[in-house]
Amino acid sequence: MTSQLYLSGVSKSFDGFKAINNLSLVIDKGELRAVIGPNGAGKTTMMDIITGKTKPDAGEVFWNEKVDLTRMDEADTARLGVGRKFQKPTVIETLSVADNIELALKADRGVFSNLFARRTPVQSAEIDRLLELVRLTDARARPAADLSHGQKQWLEIGMLLAQDPELLLVDEPAAGMTDAETMRTAELLRDIAGERSVIVVEHDMHFVQALKCMVTVLHQGHVLAEGSLDHVSANPQVVEVYLGR
Amino acid sequence: MLRRLIDARMGLFLSVLFVVTVAVPIGNLWIAGQPVPSYVVALLGKYMTYALLAVALDLVWGYCGILSLGHGAFFALGGYAMGMHLMRQIGTRGVYGDPVLPDFMVFLNWEKLPWFWLGFDSFWFSMAMVMIVPGALAFVFGWFAFRSRVTGVYLSIITQAMTYALMLAFFRNEMGFGGNNGLTDFKDLLGFDLQSDATRAGLFVAAALALAAGLMVARFITTSKLGKVLVAVRDAESRTRFLGYRVEAFKLFVFVVSAMMAGVAGAIYTPLVGIINPGEFSPANSIEIVIWVALGGRGTLVGAAIGAILVALSRTLLTSWFPELWLFALGAMFIIVTLVLPHGVLGAVELGLAKFRRDPKLVEENP
Repeated sequence: MTSQLYLSGVSKSFDGFKAINNLSLVIDKGELRAVIGPNGAGKTTMMDIITGKTKPDAGEVFWNEKVDLTRMDEADTARLGVGRKFQKPTVIETLSVADNIELALKADRGVFSNLFARRTPVQSAEIDRLLELVRLTDARARPAADLSHGQKQWLEIGMLLAQDPELLLVDEPAAGMTDAETMRTAELLRDIAGERSVIVVEHDMHFVQALKCMVTVLHQGHVLAEGSLDHVSANPQVVEVYLGR
Repeated sequence: MLRRLIDARMGLFLSVLFVVTVAVPIGNLWIAGQPVPSYVVALLGKYMTYALLAVALDLVWGYCGILSLGHGAFFALGGYAMGMHLMRQIGTRGVYGDPVLPDFMVFLNWEKLPWFWLGFDSFWFSMAMVMIVPGALAFVFGWFAFRSRVTGVYLSIITQAMTYALMLAFFRNEMGFGGNNGLTDFKDLLGFDLQSDATRAGLFVAAALALAAGLMVARFITTSKLGKVLVAVRDAESRTRFLGYRVEAFKLFVFVVSAMMAGVAGAIYTPLVGIINPGEFSPANSIEIVIWVALGGRGTLVGAAIGAILVALSRTLLTSWFPELWLFALGAMFIIVTLVLPHGVLGAVELGLAKFRRDPKLVEENP
C-alpha cells in the first residue's frame, strides 16, 4: 500500500507558540481518517500545511511519496488533487448554486482559457449529477446566499467532489447540521473513501463513531494516540486531555 | 454572443448613447442657429470619457473587489501619452518655433528631445503608448501587490500613494513633461484643427464609441467564466485559491485591462479639454471616480457610466450656480447614496420599476 500523504517531524510555531510540534502522520491511498483533538491542538494548522497555505519550520510533507508539498501554495496543491472544505461553509454567495459547482469542476485554471471557456455538454451533465448527489437540483439557479446553513455545507461538499480530488480535507462537516443530516454526511464520506483519501477533522463524537474509521488524536501539535475510536477512548492520556473535559 | 453582451439595461443605455451621439453633432454642425453650442459638445465628450473611466473602475472594484484609489493615474498617463503626440504635432507653430522641441523644453534650455519623447511624433505609436504605459504600470504595480497578497484597505492606500507619487513627479520640470503647466497649446490632431467644431464633434463621437467599446469589453469579461472567477475572488478569495485558481493572475489581468481602458479615456479627454497637467494625478480625482461608481451602482457597468455622467453634470450646473457649494453637494450625494441607495441610482430605479410592475422576485430580494 502506498501512502497518499506522508508527514514526518513537521513543526510550526507562531510567535514562539508551537502550533505543530514534531507531527508525523501517514494516510494511505483511499483511507478515511478522523482527526480529533481539543481546541488549539493544531488541526487547522496541519491542514494549512498540507494545502500549502502555511510553510512548516521543519519536517517533510510528501504527496504520493514523491511530491514535496512544502514548496507549493494553495492553488498548486488544489491542482495536484487536494480538496479542502472549511469549517464555516464557504461558498460564493452571489453566484448561483450551479455556477459554484461549475467553478469547482476540474478544468483548465488559466486566465485566458477561462475568458473564452464554454460549458461543454459533459460539464453540464457532471454539474447535474453533482447537484443531484448533494440534493440541490431544485436550488440550482438560486444564489448560494439563499441556502440554509446545512445546504451550504452540502454545496461545498459538492464543489469538493467537482474538483475530483485525490485527498479531501474536511473540517467539521457536521457543524450546524441536524442529526439526520449528520448521519447522511457520514455515510457520504464513507462512500467517498476508498476511491479517494479523506481526512475529517471533527469534534462531534457521534459523527466520528458513524465514520467507523481509524482515529488520530492530536494534542499540543503532535499525535497523542492512533487507532480505532474504542482503542483511543480507552487511552488514559486521551481521556485526560480531551474526552475527560 | 450579442445576446450575451447586451441585456435589457445595456441595450437601453446603448440606444440612448446612440441617439445622443448622432443628434449632438447634427445639432452642432448642420442645423442653422446651432441648437447645440460647441462648448456643450466638448462638455458631453468629457462626460463620456469620465463614463469610460468609471466603467474601468467598476470592472476591478465592482466585479473583483479591488478598490483602486489610483485609477486617475492611469487616466492621466493615457492623457499625457496623447498630449505628447499633440505637442510633437505643433512643430514650428510654437512660441519659440523650434521644429522638434516643445516650447517648455526650449524654455528650460534643453538641447535635444529626451529619449522617452522619441516616437511620439507617430500617431499610431502614441496610440499604442496610450494603452501600453498605463497597462505596464498596472502590471508592475499589480504584480507586486497581488503576489504579496495585499488586499482591502491596504491596497487602496498604496494605489492612492501611487497616484500621489506620480503627481509629485510630474510637477517637477526635470521630469520632462512640462512641470506644473503640463502640456497645452495643442494645434491639431491627424491634421484636423482642434479648435474647429467638426474636430470637436469628431472627438465627441470617438469618446462615445470608446465608451460603447469599453462597455462591450467589460461585459465580455464579466459574462465569461473568468467573470465568475472574478466574483468568486471578490466574495471568497481564499475559497477561490483552494479551488486551484491563481487569484493573483486573475486580479492582474483585470487590473491591467482596466488601466488600459482608463488610459484610452484619458487620451480622448486631453484633446477635448485642450490641456493635461499633473493635477489629473491628484488623489482627490481618483476618489471621485469611486463616488461615481458607488452613486451609479457598483457592479453594473452601465450604472457606473450613468453615475459618472450624473456627477459631472451636477458639477457643471452647481459650479456655475453656487460655486462654493459644489464639494458639499458631492459629499452629500455620496452619503445619501451610501445610506439610502445601497445599489446606487441604477439599482434604485430598477427596483422602483420592478415594484411598479409588481415583479415579485426582484422586490423580495430587495426589501
